[in-house]
Formats: sequence, structure tokens, C-alpha cells
Amino acid sequence: MTGVSYDSVEKGTDLPQRSYRVTRLDLVKYAGASGDFNVIHWNERLAKSVGLPTVIAHGMYTMAQAGKLLTEWAGDPGAVTDFGVRFSAMVPVPDDDAGATIEISGKVLDKLEGNQVTVDIVARGGPDGAKVLTRARATVRLP
Amino acid sequence: MALNPAFAGRVFGPGEPYEVSRVKIADFADAIGEQSELCRNREAAIKAGYPDVIAPPTFAVVISMASSGEVNADPELGLDYSMVVHSDQSFSYSRPLHAGDVVVATTTVDSIKSVGSMSMLITSTEIVTVDGEHVCTARSTLVERGAERGAE
Repeated sequence: MTGVSYDSVEKGTDLPQRSYRVTRLDLVKYAGASGDFNVIHWNERLAKSVGLPTVIAHGMYTMAQAGKLLTEWAGDPGAVTDFGVRFSAMVPVPDDDAGATIEISGKVLDKLEGNQVTVDIVARGGPDGAKVLTRARATVRLP
Repeated sequence: MALNPAFAGRVFGPGEPYEVSRVKIADFADAIGEQSELCRNREAAIKAGYPDVIAPPTFAVVISMASSGEVNADPELGLDYSMVVHSDQSFSYSRPLHAGDVVVATTTVDSIKSVGSMSMLITSTEIVTVDGEHVCTARSTLVERGAERGAE
């Protein structure tokens, strides 16, 4: 897997936009792999009992999808040195085969010393396409 | 219920050493859909200059959440976990975590705030190798929604 090079990007360069589907099965797998078994991410009855519309995706699952946009772009899962987000809206995941969709895009904000760039990320999801991440920014080291 | 403000500044840990394994990295990569062979194939990771397969950037949450969970679960804090929303998360890496790393995590309660009927718990978790090498600092903000307000 080869990523983009530092020399090939400029301030304002867009990362390829990606669309990631998330189903109930994805949330169960993520719960197992991450150890986050909060019931609101897999139990509809208990999610509704605390006022949620249905089961919602782990914020960290959405952050991981944004991370994937960065690591696929850089061609290296170890390229991300700083990565921070605010979770601004929930992603409800219906109990059907289609699940929910998370659309993620990014733009190079600045080029730094040491072959590093900062990237601003936009993630939209849920039934109304709301911004599910804000203040989402990463520093990525490119070859 | 407001969180106990006396927790601000408290330090939890370091906990038991956590050994990063190839299987766990591969499981996590599968769960998030990360396809890179650098998370699965040791030879490919070595060829790319790493000591072993490397973890995706959000993997550190597996370790940081286990550490900060000690804070959240402390009954004297007064956190109702069913009303908790994850508000902010960040990771600052000195280098990627790789298979074979044995690390310990220490969580500091940076601040506790109340905003209206919401309470905020801000923690930072330092993940260092058992030899003392810094690998990652994970910062997290949890918001406990006011019970009387219900969900947003």
C-alpha cells in the first residue's frame, strides 16, 4: 500500500472522500475488539430506556473511520501522530441490513516541518447527514 | 447528580502491564475495517521500518479506557454511566504501538466541571512502556447528561 508523498500535497489538498457503512454487526464487533460494552451500542431496549432513538454507534467507531481515511491516504497506519475529535452528533444505527452511513472527507490545513501535515476532517452521518465530528484534526507524517 | 469535585487532580494507576499482541491488533483492525497489511503481516511491518505489526491510531483507546475506567467506576465519583456521552477524544503519539509492546497506563483527572445540568469529566492517560518510554497520551472528555433532562 503506497500513500501520497509530502511533496505531492499542498495546503488545501483534498483527501479522497470516503463513505463507510455501519451496521449492528459492526458495532458488536467493535464492542468486542475495543472492550466498550456500553449497552447503548448494542441493546435497543436499554438504549431507548435512556431516551435514545435506537442503538447508536460508538463515538470511537466513528473516530476510527476518520482515522482510516488518514491511514489509507498516508498508506501507513502508523503515520498519524496527533488525532483529536469532538463528537457532535450521534449516529443511530437501525436494525436492518443497510445500517447507517458515515461520510468522511478531509483537507490539508498546513504543511509542517519533518514531512508532517495537519488535516481537517469532516464527518457526516445519521439520517439527516449531520456533522458527527467537529474540531476533528490530525497531524500525519507522509513519506 | 453532580460529580465529586474532589476527584480533580487525582491520579489513578499505573495499572497492570498490558502486552500488545498481534492477534489483538488484527482483531481491532478487522473491527474498524482497517485493511493495511502493516496491522497483520510482520514481514511487511518490518519492511516498512517497524519492529512488528503496528496498531491503528485509535487502538490506544483499548488501553486508555481500561485505565480511565478505574476513575469512572469509583463509586465516590458519582458517575451514572448510563447517562454518559463521550464528548471529546484525542491521541498524541511519540510512536505507533506495536505488537510486543508492554505498556502501563496512568490516568489523571484533569478537571471536573458542571455546566447547567451537565457534568464534564476530563482525563488524560499516559501510556508508557515498562521501560519508561512514552508512547501515547490519550485525552478524553465525558459528559454526564442531567438525569432530569432525558436524552437529546
